[in-house]
Amino acid sequence: MLEKALSGSKRYWIWVTLLLAVIAVGLFAYMNQFNNGLGVTGMSRDVSWGLYIAQFTFLVGVAASAVMLVLPYYLHDFKKFGKMVILGEFLAIPAVIMCILFIFVDLGQPMRIMNVILHPSPRSVMFYDMIVLCGYLLINLVVGWTTLGAERKGAPSPKWVKPIIYLSIPWAVSIHTVTAFLYAGLPGRHLWLSAIMAARFLASAFAAGPAILILLCFIVKKVSKFDPDPGVGAIQSLVKIVRYAMIANVFFYILELFTAFYSNIPEYSAPLRYIFFGLDGHTSLVPIMWTATALAFLGIALLVFPTRKNGAALTVGLLSIITANWIDKGMILIVAGFVPNSFERVIEYAPTLNEILVTLGVYAIGALLITILYKVAISVREEKAS
Amino acid sequence: MYKGGKIFASLIIFAALFTIPFFYNMGKVNAGPDVALNTAAIQQLPASEQQCVESPEFMRANHMQLLNQWREEAVRNGQTVYVNSQGKEFEISLQDTCLKCHATESASKPAVLNNPVSTTAGVSNPALNESPEFCASCHDYSAVKPLCWSCHFEPKEATK
Amino acid sequence: MSINRRQFLRRAGMITALGLGSSFIISGFRKKEVAEAAGFAKAPKDLPAKRWAMVVDMSKFKTEADINGVIEACHKLHNVPKFPNTKDEIKWIWKDDYHHTFAGGHNEYLDDHVLHSPFMVLCNHCENPPCVKACPTQATFQRPDGIVAMDFHRCIGCRFCMGACPFGARSFNFRDPRPFIEGEISPDYPTRTPGVVEKCNFCYERLADGLMPACVEKSNGGLIFGDLDDPNSEVRKIVSTKFTIRRKPELGTQPSVYYLVGGGEDA
Repeated sequence: MLEKALSGSKRYWIWVTLLLAVIAVGLFAYMNQFNNGLGVTGMSRDVSWGLYIAQFTFLVGVAASAVMLVLPYYLHDFKKFGKMVILGEFLAIPAVIMCILFIFVDLGQPMRIMNVILHPSPRSVMFYDMIVLCGYLLINLVVGWTTLGAERKGAPSPKWVKPIIYLSIPWAVSIHTVTAFLYAGLPGRHLWLSAIMAARFLASAFAAGPAILILLCFIVKKVSKFDPDPGVGAIQSLVKIVRYAMIANVFFYILELFTAFYSNIPEYSAPLRYIFFGLDGHTSLVPIMWTATALAFLGIALLVFPTRKNGAALTVGLLSIITANWIDKGMILIVAGFVPNSFERVIEYAPTLNEILVTLGVYAIGALLITILYKVAISVREEKAS
Repeated sequence: MYKGGKIFASLIIFAALFTIPFFYNMGKVNAGPDVALNTAAIQQLPASEQQCVESPEFMRANHMQLLNQWREEAVRNGQTVYVNSQGKEFEISLQDTCLKCHATESASKPAVLNNPVSTTAGVSNPALNESPEFCASCHDYSAVKPLCWSCHFEPKEATK
Repeated sequence: MSINRRQFLRRAGMITALGLGSSFIISGFRKKEVAEAAGFAKAPKDLPAKRWAMVVDMSKFKTEADINGVIEACHKLHNVPKFPNTKDEIKWIWKDDYHHTFAGGHNEYLDDHVLHSPFMVLCNHCENPPCVKACPTQATFQRPDGIVAMDFHRCIGCRFCMGACPFGARSFNFRDPRPFIEGEISPDYPTRTPGVVEKCNFCYERLADGLMPACVEKSNGGLIFGDLDDPNSEVRKIVSTKFTIRRKPELGTQPSVYYLVGGGEDA
């Protein structure tokens, strides 16, 4: 089936070349980091994780969100999602691969990565994260490829995939739960030491992931003859999921704010004070966080009111929700977890250009993979339609 | 077989390209490394101590595995003494045991670093970074790059 | 030659697997010869203990010079580099003021002198170390004598341990440390490679030689080191009879570094 990605329109090739160029720049930046050490990033002794790990966290959510299509379609026989399920699975695969790449570029000694397997450490959450991420990648590859292959031949999917599909549902929840446990189990990092961390992660994932998927569907509809939602309202159903997930996410966040501020325990509120108001005169995250807050409410409003039926307003709403979630999870949550540091000092973090280029490179790899996988899926569908 | 001819032709071309270095070097004399096992440092030692921690044959074949074992035992298990197959005891130390005999003989390299301000970041100090000649002679020949010397080094005492 | 592509690929794969498998079996057998007749032992002078611990007697550190001498002794011995940019900083033992060392819940009426009096800080070698739990490769591990040690050979540089440590005791080699080691290189301890985490190791290399840690030796009695498990050790006597405090005891990590405040006598 992969050969379908090798023939395409001129626009397709321009897009692929563009992505390859960005990947090349990212690779170049990574070589600089590889040769000179992580000193070329903005990370420090105090803020020891930055943009990379934050992207990893955000993308685990995007990967897990495929379950929002798989679960209604396979478990509740929700036929409307029939044409979109494959797109969800084919979004999950690049998302997991980007997660693994972001972990990889974050390592100080990447050549030793196999030590994680050579010296397995069942007490470390990172160990389980590796298992669930690799497992999820495998599951989605197998399920996506087999179901699409069967569809191409006009046959029903083989029986043995069904249990794997069912397995993928709890597995998707597990990848984001385990990722939340990476942070939520650390003593002394008060922003992360929260029992609803995993719930927050899942809520924000089920808002941002399907939102990205809807936008991808809009693009698919524009650039190909394949319509993932031919008047059946699958997208409006997804919009409902995005809306409620985002409301839950904001609600969970407010719970965090209440506990931290009403209890008035200084350690618990310090990182939140830093995010929203600045601490000891350090305010670099304040405008960003308020932007995210405004976008979160704007997004919810646009999706609650009838504006959700309007193409342009819906796009704006979805973009607001994605951006709000990205700022919260793909940047602030990780960075502010380290602020103030163990000595109650505020040491700020800002990514360097090199770091940003590597990040863009990884995203470009992801975009290329999405392009290829979607091209395959769409070609198969177009072939069937004609 | 569909397009069998083309497949086999390309396979043969691939194999030929892949093996060019072997054919290119065939029949050419390439002198092996001359490993000095009888250096001045070793000759100065009393006869009873001239023997390495294990026999030269064993060391030639297994020194990497032995070093790995030493590393695990010393760093992780706090066992810093090695008892060899003859029952003789040695301190586990790359620097103080191995390099006592196998240090570079030629130039004495003072283990003094440059002023950090004038040294460019990200570049290791060359005075520290070189593999001792004894190790390098074989490893260069077989194009193996051990990473020991990015942390361990020959101290001044060993190189005099 | 009447095989189709599928069969061809299958056979090629089988031959490759056979080749790789047999080479693995052969090398697997060869590996067994290595351990032959060899044994390992502790160094004869190795100091035994069940749980090494340190008491910092703040009354003994009168001047800045007292403190800096101790820091210097440690950092020189272990080839700890000095980076011009604090972002890349590496510290094994350093000083911070009371206010920040014992962060949280301040008495606002404490006078400035107390708030800003300097304290020695280093890895606490916790009994329940969160860093050891976090490490995905067991590159950081707890020795039977309680020391939380680092295996620089194994560290992959993921920095999960730095996130897990509630005491900020860990440093990462963001850059090659070698050009930034000041003065002469100490022959007694290796330098580090870029991309690994490091921290205080309670001088286990000196304990194996029957010596006290470098900081303790240099401290003129300000740092007391011993086995907390031994009822007759000095650290145990101080900890059991005098008022000592530890950093963030509420987290349950059970730090092994105790601070004796208010002097030796009146507590």
